[in-house]
Amino acid sequence: MELAIRGIGLLAPGLLGWEGSRSVLAGMQPYVPAPVPQPQATILPPNERRRSSDAVRWAVEVAHEAMGRSGLDQRAVPAVFTSSGGEISVFDQLSRLLATQDRLVSPTLFHQSVHNAASGYWGIATAGQESSTALSCYDDSFIAGLVEAAALVETEGRPVLLVAYDLPVPAPLHEARPITTGFAMALVLSPLAEASIATVTLTLKEASEGEPTSLADQVLEQLRKHNPAARSLPLLCTIAAGMRQTVVFDWLGDQRIEVTVRPCRL
Amino acid sequence: MSPELSDRLRPMTPVALSAYTLVTANGRGVGAVLEALRARRSALRPCDFEDVRLKTYIGRVEGLEDFSLDRDLEPFDCRNNRLAWLGLQQDGFTAAVAEAKQRYGTHRIAVIMGTSTSGILETEHAYRARDPHTGSLPAWYVPRYRYTHNMFSLGYFVRTCLGLHGPAMVISTACSSSAKVFATAARLMQAGLCDAAIVGGVDSLCHTTLYGFSALQLLSPEPCRPCDEDRDGLSLGEAAGYVLLERIERAGGRGTVALLGYGESTDGYHMSHPHPEGAGAIRAMRDALARAGIRPEAVDYVNLHGTATRANDEAEDKAVYCVFGARPACSSTKGWTGHTLGAAGVTEAIISALCLTHHFIPGTLNCWRVDSLLKCRILRDHQFGSLSCVVSNIFGFGGNNCSLVLGKL
Repeated sequence: MELAIRGIGLLAPGLLGWEGSRSVLAGMQPYVPAPVPQPQATILPPNERRRSSDAVRWAVEVAHEAMGRSGLDQRAVPAVFTSSGGEISVFDQLSRLLATQDRLVSPTLFHQSVHNAASGYWGIATAGQESSTALSCYDDSFIAGLVEAAALVETEGRPVLLVAYDLPVPAPLHEARPITTGFAMALVLSPLAEASIATVTLTLKEASEGEPTSLADQVLEQLRKHNPAARSLPLLCTIAAGMRQTVVFDWLGDQRIEVTVRPCRL
Repeated sequence: MSPELSDRLRPMTPVALSAYTLVTANGRGVGAVLEALRARRSALRPCDFEDVRLKTYIGRVEGLEDFSLDRDLEPFDCRNNRLAWLGLQQDGFTAAVAEAKQRYGTHRIAVIMGTSTSGILETEHAYRARDPHTGSLPAWYVPRYRYTHNMFSLGYFVRTCLGLHGPAMVISTACSSSAKVFATAARLMQAGLCDAAIVGGVDSLCHTTLYGFSALQLLSPEPCRPCDEDRDGLSLGEAAGYVLLERIERAGGRGTVALLGYGESTDGYHMSHPHPEGAGAIRAMRDALARAGIRPEAVDYVNLHGTATRANDEAEDKAVYCVFGARPACSSTKGWTGHTLGAAGVTEAIISALCLTHHFIPGTLNCWRVDSLLKCRILRDHQFGSLSCVVSNIFGFGGNNCSLVLGKL
């Protein structure tokens, strides 16, 4: 499958937005993790913004950034949201309430707990009616989402928004799922097009062929290993470096997805 | 049909449902489900799930408390995966998968599953057993999160049970989850990433959904009454359903039920209320018809989402009427099974397949007097006779809609 990347969004410690992060990802500046200010998620109506979880705001923020860069009408682009744990901080709050005597949960908290909360809020923010999905594949959620999005582009012949995000898991659940750093990224993918950042070719292979790509920078490599959405970093680094290169992703230990990146002159 | 929509979408190549199986509160296997449908025997009972104190009815699958997963599958043991395991044992499904593995190889069969709450019940239990001093979770729980509560647990479990090594993911878009798995699988097959797919959905009862829907004031104190003028909410249920999807060249004998089309949309309106005019639902149904390459007149039966909430049934009626008028028969089967949430899509797709192969349309159980405000032709009684094309609707939180078109080859 051959696709164009038309827009990128990024939010992680020390990586505030795609444009501002390119030189770090390209290895031209050192990576210095720093706390992420609360995303404004200005595209959300104020009422929804107040109610939404951190995960929703991070996801919507990077979606908005990537769509803005693409220049496409965000109401007309189907979306794929992928996350290992989704609204895990909401589950923490719900599980605490359900462990009390009276078990009174708020209706808002309940509807925020669905894995497709970010997808739903994005739909409300953009007033779009295009298809929107939410999926999970544990540590390989990014690559599963990329495959779902690429198959949509391939079969429908139209642009698709991919959003990958996982936020820190609160105590006590973090014992069971130790994610301590947030990461969110978005790609606008489309059939091959003029105004694109890069083109990519995806190939599915069996695991006997090729080792998954890791990162040279040890701090970035730690981030990659410890947040499922950050598994996207080798792709982002390759695009940022403007290199023609093949990045290999593991998928469930028995498959590989090879992504060959070709930069486009802008 | 709106010309802009039919122009935008090309008809898809049908995909054969070459094997399928279903467990609901009505029983284990499609035979038990079909028998209950024909006999108009609801499986809804006063809520007796764990220590839940809510005045509501549930569609609880019998026997999930009486066994556990052992040996290699022990880490996966939880209510949701027990139900998933039970589903795999019915209707010769694993034998059909074994044959497919011979035909295609284990790397060429995808596993695309849907669930809304996965094994969250384990986490609910663990939070009750937190250390009173440190607040930490019990030691038995910590290594189990990945295999039980995490959304992908169900996909991991099914892939492990069936010995498959192809593409896999879990779709979790609340109630529409296991309808959307059909669309994803059809795309992966069309894009050449797999030759066949196991699709399905498993969702099981838990405190989160029971108390959550109660907080939203959407639970009926009686067995749910879809489309009834006095309907007052839904009943929750649980189910496991699986379908083996194959290309029609390989598995599409005459009379085989096939997925002819799918349509996915969002309302872009509200997280838990449907769009009052059913705008997103209309879009999903029209896209499904366009992909099937058929006109609304070709549809004999619409299996409604029909949850029996005031808002859903009213908005869905407007949407169905807008697309089809009052011609096709419409009914909801939630009165038998309850609303099985993330498993509702596959449950009702399989019920639709049973209608096509057994030549009947179920009436709407517990609908005593059809709401006079509804304009569609809502069936109260069974209708017998051959039918060639069914639309199954599923709508979920987040305004997430999916419609499937099923027909016989």
